Parts: sequence; structure tokens; C-alpha cells
Amino acid sequence: MRAGADRSSSLGSPGSDRPNGLRRSRSSRGNRANRSSRGATASARLVRGTVYAGAAISMGFLLFIIGYILVMGIPHIRPELFEWHYNSTNVSLMPALINTLLMVLIALALATPFGLFAAIYLVEYTKRGNRLVKLIRLMAETLAGIPSIVYGLFGLLLFVTALGWGLSLMAGACTLAIMVLPVIMRTSEEALKAVPDSYREGSFGLGAGRLRTVFKVIVPSAMPGILAGVILGIGRAVGETAALIYTAGTVAEVPEGIFDSTRTLAVHMYVLASEGLHLNEAYATAVILLLLVIIINTSSTALARRMTKG
Amino acid sequence: MNRFKETSARILFMGAACVCILAVALICLFLLVNGVPAIAEIGVLEFLSGTTWRPANGLYGIAPMIIGSLYVTAGALIVGVPLGLLCAIYLARFASQRILRFMRPAMELLAGIPSVVYGFFGLMVIIPLIRGVFGVQGMSILAASLLLGIMILPTIITVSYTSIMAVPESYYEGGLALGANHERCVFKLLVPAAASGIMAGIILGLGRAVGETMAVIMVIGNQPRIPAGILEGARTLTGNIVLEMGYAADLHRGALIGTAVVLFVFILLINILFYILSRKVRT
Repeated sequence: MRAGADRSSSLGSPGSDRPNGLRRSRSSRGNRANRSSRGATASARLVRGTVYAGAAISMGFLLFIIGYILVMGIPHIRPELFEWHYNSTNVSLMPALINTLLMVLIALALATPFGLFAAIYLVEYTKRGNRLVKLIRLMAETLAGIPSIVYGLFGLLLFVTALGWGLSLMAGACTLAIMVLPVIMRTSEEALKAVPDSYREGSFGLGAGRLRTVFKVIVPSAMPGILAGVILGIGRAVGETAALIYTAGTVAEVPEGIFDSTRTLAVHMYVLASEGLHLNEAYATAVILLLLVIIINTSSTALARRMTKG
Repeated sequence: MNRFKETSARILFMGAACVCILAVALICLFLLVNGVPAIAEIGVLEFLSGTTWRPANGLYGIAPMIIGSLYVTAGALIVGVPLGLLCAIYLARFASQRILRFMRPAMELLAGIPSVVYGFFGLMVIIPLIRGVFGVQGMSILAASLLLGIMILPTIITVSYTSIMAVPESYYEGGLALGANHERCVFKLLVPAAASGIMAGIILGLGRAVGETMAVIMVIGNQPRIPAGILEGARTLTGNIVLEMGYAADLHRGALIGTAVVLFVFILLINILFYILSRKVRT
């Protein structure tokens, strides 16, 4: 089952259940091939070398980025960074951190019911080959592919200007909610699909209606997968910048109401980096951001795993 | 009573499912209503093929940005596709279980790193590197291509890996039985069989690269002119929007929204391509 995955991020499980014996037999066969023809060996070695080099370079790049940020950032995490109010001497990231949590909380509170209900509709209420279902899937895929700056512009036009909310926490959260909707919907759909049909039959057999079956039997047993999707959505929302600059603005204070302008951690990081005055603090902020993403990802993977085991 | 509850729940769920359709419709509507009049006022041809972007003088040609986006995306694919594909092949058919157990969560983590963090990394590491090696200012198409190439690696790796793993084991075994060695089996049988899935991964990566905003504007220099070489600065469609939206008004603002319309059309085309290819994989 592919819980914990938007359409790209699933290194599926088939790798793990490949039998070990096959691997061993393959290597012994490789040796025999080596002995039989010299030319083939040389080209095979070349190919193997290229594959190893390509893999090493790409993994190296990616691990280097994380390592570099951690090494440069951790020494600069100081207590002043966590003071309640931001000013240009302490460059505190605390307001941004709180804003991030508020923003993500509101966005998810908006997106989760819609995403989950949509998934329920697609899995439990429709037949295969339904036209509407196809359209909904297509639209969800389209939403997932729209660049975040286009969301940002849309949020600016609809929430900030047309509805007159101004640059605000609420406008940012609504924009984010639309962005994470397809993520939550798709993962919930996968989780609901993974519930065995015998559960449904059992529930119907005991005389429960469809609604009761959905909420008392199916959703509870798909819960880990649904949560994994919600957490993936959190991950996407936490890292978002382009969609928020023109919807939530860049005021580095904890807002007094939901219609005040705010700055999330990722936006804070962008402002620090582009001003270029507080690079050390930018490194430290990057570390905090990375840690958040790591925590979010680990818990999502753990939940997805519990789903497949349980 | 029960009947009523069931029906209203059904309608509620269906309504929630239609939110996706509503959202796409609203996004299209708002972009078109705000962008198309401006494009019409500037003139479609003038807007798309004009080579000068100087809002102060009323010149709104986004050709430099379209070309910038194309260059950067092509560069990202040149960097990202060979590396990502080799890495996926390695993970699928060469790596030991120990490395796999470590790499799989690592890839998911890397896909989740915020783009500002990548951008900051590019600003602090890649740009000084280019400045040192080539003796130029550093903010350039090359820097953006390298950075985006790295950023789309996780996408390409995960999708290609999944599609290579989905090729039936019998292909590989058949190859071995005919006397081909491991490398030959992988490259002549498994990779061609997974080709459409791999293409889908590349297209997904392409979409990411075209739509990426923050990381790119941090390293590309953002000069709105047609770049003469890869060591020159340029500006992408996404960058154009995010850099000027803060202070734009009237026709300028409309032209920026028009830029978003062009970007949106590009993304839709890429999405359609992805959709067709991933359907091919399924059948």
C-alpha cells in the first residue's frame, strides 16, 4: 500500500521483499560471465561504474546539502533567537515559528474535512468508471501540479483583494488549504482503498447503514494512513514561501487576530537570506526548518508503516 | 430519518469532492479575468514575443522570461535526469538492502526540504563556487540549473525507481537465461520496459522545475533580458511574478497576472503529458 505518498514521493515496497537468494545467484552468474568473455566484462564494468558514480554523485549532493546546513547552522542557534518579540538585534524566529504553527493549524482544519470527505466519496460512494470521479481525479492532479506562485497570485486576487481580507493569516491559510487539499485527498483515498472489503461486508451484514459503516468501521481502520496524508500536507505547508508572500505578508509579529499579516518560518528565512544582513541567523533558521521537516516526515513514515503492518 | 441522514451525507461528501473542481475553476477564472484583458491591451503577439520588459516605459514583452524559463528548465533536466536515472537504477538493481533501508527515508526527506533552504544553499555554496571557477559574478543560469537539477533529483529518482521495480521479474530472469549479464539485463530489458514510467517521472520533475520560484530567484540574478550565455543572469516567468507583484499597479499588474496565465498554460500542457504517460503505465 502506498500510504504517505503524493504522486511522486513513494519509494514503494517491492524492493524490500525481493528474495535474497536471487541476489546471490545473480552475483555468481555475473562472475561466470566475467570469465567467459573479456570484452563483455570491460563494458559491463564500465556500465556498473557509471551507475555507481551517478548514484554516488546524486546521493552525495543531497546529503551534502543537509550536512552543510546543519554544520553551518547549529553553532548559531542561540537563546536570543527564541525571544518573544522580533527586532533587528535578536533576529528572533519565535514569532515566525508560532505563526507557522497557527497557519498550518488553520490550513489543515480547513483542508482535512474536505480532503477526507472527498476521498470517502470517491472510494465508498461511487462505482468504477464514473464520469464525475474521473473529472475529480483529473482536477486533483491538476491542483497538485500548479506552481505555488500561481496559488499565491490566486490567493492575492481572491482572498486579499476580492474578499478584502488584506494580507492576513486567514488569506494565507486559505491559500495553503487549497494547496494541500490534493495531497490529503490522494493519501486518504489510498488509505480507504486499503481497508479490506470484508470489513464493509461484515458491517453491512450486521445491519449498519453506509454512513455508520464509513464512520465506525472504515475511517477508524484507515486512520494511520489518513494521518500520514495530513502530516504530508503539514510538510508541504511548512516549507511554502511563494504562495504566502503576497497572501500572508511579511510582518514578523505574532498576530492579534486572524486578519493580521504574519510571516511564517520559511518566509522569515527568505527575508533573512535575501537581505543578506543576518546570514548566521539564516543558517540557524534553516536548521530549525529542516528539523521541523524531519520530525514531520519521520512521523508520517512511522504512521504509514503502522498502517501497512496493522 | 435514517434515509434522510444517508442522503444528506452523500450530498455532503459529493460536495466536498467537487471542491477540487471548484478550486481549479476559480483559479482559472481569476487568472483569466485579471490577466486576459491586460494581454489583449498589450497585444498577444507583442506580449509573448516582445523582447523588452520595461514596465516604466509601457513595454511588456515576456519573451526574455519565457526563454529564461526554458534555459533553466533544460539545464535542470540535463543535470538532474542522468544522475537521477542512474541513482534509480542503482537503488532498484545494484544497491544492497542496507543502503536501501537508509536511502528510502532519506529520499522522502529530501523531497520535503523547503525550496528556500535549497535556494539559500545555492546562494552560499554554488554561487561562490561559480564565481571562483569562472571568474564571473556568479548569479547565472548555470547556478539555477545546477540547483534545480539537484532539487528535482528526489522526484525523478522516486518515480523512476518505482517504475523499474514494477517491471516483472520474469523479464530479468529471461535475460539471464539467454546468457546476458546483470548490467545488460538491466539496461537492455528493465529500463526500456520501464521507459514510460521513467518519462512520467522526468515530466513531473520538469513541472517542478518550471514552477519553482523562491530557490530560482535567489540564484539567477533576475535581469529581464535575453541571456547570451549560461554564465549570464536571466529571469524566469515565476521570478517575474514574485519580484514585481509587490509594487505593480494597473497594466503592469495585469501583465504580471498575464505572465501567470502563460505559466499556467505551460504547466497544464506538462500535466496533460504526465497524465497520458502515467495512464500508459497503468495499462
